Amino acid sequence: MTLVAQAEKPAATAARSFIGIAPRAEAVVIPICALLAGFALFSIFLLMVGKSPVTFYQLVWKAGFSSAFSWQNTLSRVAPLVLAALCVALPARLGLVVIGGEGAIVLGGLAAAVAGTAVAGMPAAFGMATMAIAAMIVGGVWIGAVGALRIKRGVNETIASLLMAYIAIALLNHFVEGPFRDPASLNKPSTVPLTESLRVGDMPFLPSHWGILAGVLACLFAWVLIERTTLGFAARIAGDNVRAAQVQGLPVGRLVIGFTALGGAFAGLAGYFEVAAVHGSANASLIAGYGYTGILIAFLARHNPLAILPVAVLFGGFEASSGLIQRRMELPDATILVFEGIVFLVILLSEALYGRVPIFTAAYWEKR
Amino acid sequence: MEQVDVGLWGVLIAILGGAIRVSTPFIFVSLGELLTERSGRFNLGLEGTLVFGAMSGYAVAYETNSAFVGVLAAAAAGACFGLLHGWICKFKGVNDIAVGIAMMLLGMGLAFFFGKPYIQPQAPDLPAISLGWWSDIPQLRAALEVNVLFIVGGLLALAIAWMLRTTRMGLRLRVVGDSTDAARAMGLSPDRIRLLATGAGGALAGVGGAYLSLYYPGSWTEGISSGQGLMAIALVIFARWNPINCFWAALLFGGAGALGPALQSVGITEGYYLFGAAPYALTLGLLILTSAPDRAVQGAPLALTLTK
Repeated sequence: MTLVAQAEKPAATAARSFIGIAPRAEAVVIPICALLAGFALFSIFLLMVGKSPVTFYQLVWKAGFSSAFSWQNTLSRVAPLVLAALCVALPARLGLVVIGGEGAIVLGGLAAAVAGTAVAGMPAAFGMATMAIAAMIVGGVWIGAVGALRIKRGVNETIASLLMAYIAIALLNHFVEGPFRDPASLNKPSTVPLTESLRVGDMPFLPSHWGILAGVLACLFAWVLIERTTLGFAARIAGDNVRAAQVQGLPVGRLVIGFTALGGAFAGLAGYFEVAAVHGSANASLIAGYGYTGILIAFLARHNPLAILPVAVLFGGFEASSGLIQRRMELPDATILVFEGIVFLVILLSEALYGRVPIFTAAYWEKR
Repeated sequence: MEQVDVGLWGVLIAILGGAIRVSTPFIFVSLGELLTERSGRFNLGLEGTLVFGAMSGYAVAYETNSAFVGVLAAAAAGACFGLLHGWICKFKGVNDIAVGIAMMLLGMGLAFFFGKPYIQPQAPDLPAISLGWWSDIPQLRAALEVNVLFIVGGLLALAIAWMLRTTRMGLRLRVVGDSTDAARAMGLSPDRIRLLATGAGGALAGVGGAYLSLYYPGSWTEGISSGQGLMAIALVIFARWNPINCFWAALLFGGAGALGPALQSVGITEGYYLFGAAPYALTLGLLILTSAPDRAVQGAPLALTLTK
């Protein structure tokens, strides 16, 4: 009898060790399964319109991840996507659904371009810093205002931020076609091109501009802020239960305004890199939809700043392959939009699974 | 027709005409959102439904050569979107606002995907009724060319108000919207009622989209909706979840949307883009004015996540 008991013991401890891991595994396994289910559902959609899903995913691999050139294409999209996703994820940790990051990107880019013309003759480092700070301030104020409206007036932040994105686009169009237009830009109204010294170049050893480093640092900063500081702890409490946070005397109002403003500042920084590293001036190209893909990325990453990076690389690759897919498969450019919509829906549907799948609960492993 | 010089009145007449023309999609989408929200759910995806309704309505009208069949098809497509939204939100832990964002992406994606072949051809228009026969001023007559759907929208607002106030169906919708528990205690199925309300809401948004592509502006393009669906959702809050108020608010929003083109028609082109932003700014301003901190907005369905 003692022999049997001894034999059972190691197995029991092995099962016990899953008690702690199981809920963490849930947060990784469910999104990955949902992502795969989304891919499968999109494959069915492609089959229904008479296209080959195999070709589709092959082309995504080829255009997004297979060579140095395709990585350049992908990584150039990762920087704005990461920063835009942080603009969704930071407020989300406080329970706010802010979806107007596009507005902060657009106005941040405009602010950077205007600041760039003002500091044209000054030392490059000072000029670059001024541009980036101008972009972050404008973006931060723009989205911070959404948080302030929520706190001070109870305005729904989702609708307000999206309305403000439309207003931001109108402002960009007004300024690049009016007061800040470079008379030399004939076909595509733009601001005055940046002087060469203010352009942001490529990083060493990486087929990408410096924006990617800023994106990585922003993610690390956001992660430390949320997971390792008292401020982040307070924000997580407020996100779980506002009343409890207020009873505890936490400054919920300042937290909301601070987190939305920080998210907006990151989105504004995305606009800065779009202007300083990609376009060279502010024009309608800034309205590229990064703000909207950022929403999907943030939700897929479950608003975890560190998870945002790999997800952004994945979707950067999908968006980079859009052109090749259009040419080779004769699919419209909206294909990527359909793909993203389907994946997004499946991801949200998978939220219903948390705490419902037995093998991910501690109770399941305790019984073993 | 000979133009009569009416001076600055021209701007007002143009705004009136524009309000009637521009407001119709607002009426339909806001009434659809009202039905959904009165059942206690929030459908942010109506912007996508509106765009898909515009595409499907136009495509079917072109293929069948009948604008009315197009409107019906748009309603059916919108109902499918609404039902999908309602079904997904049934599951516990699923956030209806986030689902709305995903549905918005999907609706626009599918509309652009299948709408490519229909950007060039010309589909039949919806008919209009002239209500300006009593006037000698051609501008006023033009302004009072009223589309059938505008009148249908007005009647629908009255019908929904009556339905909510006096019918059994309306009472059930209100109970579900105010308290899930009370509805369960009465033996009602909140999920089913919300599913149907979201489906009906989607159908109305689809009709709103068909109006865009089949009457004004009257053709299918990818830029056909610039946030009308979203503004209509904000409009429901401003209208305090009252169908009659929705109708008037839609007219007001339509007028704001017509401001830019009206000023342009009398030669004021300065700040064209800024006037284009007027409807968004107006919506935001009204949202700020009508919202209030620390208490639910008056008239809001109590089970609605939006005001929690």
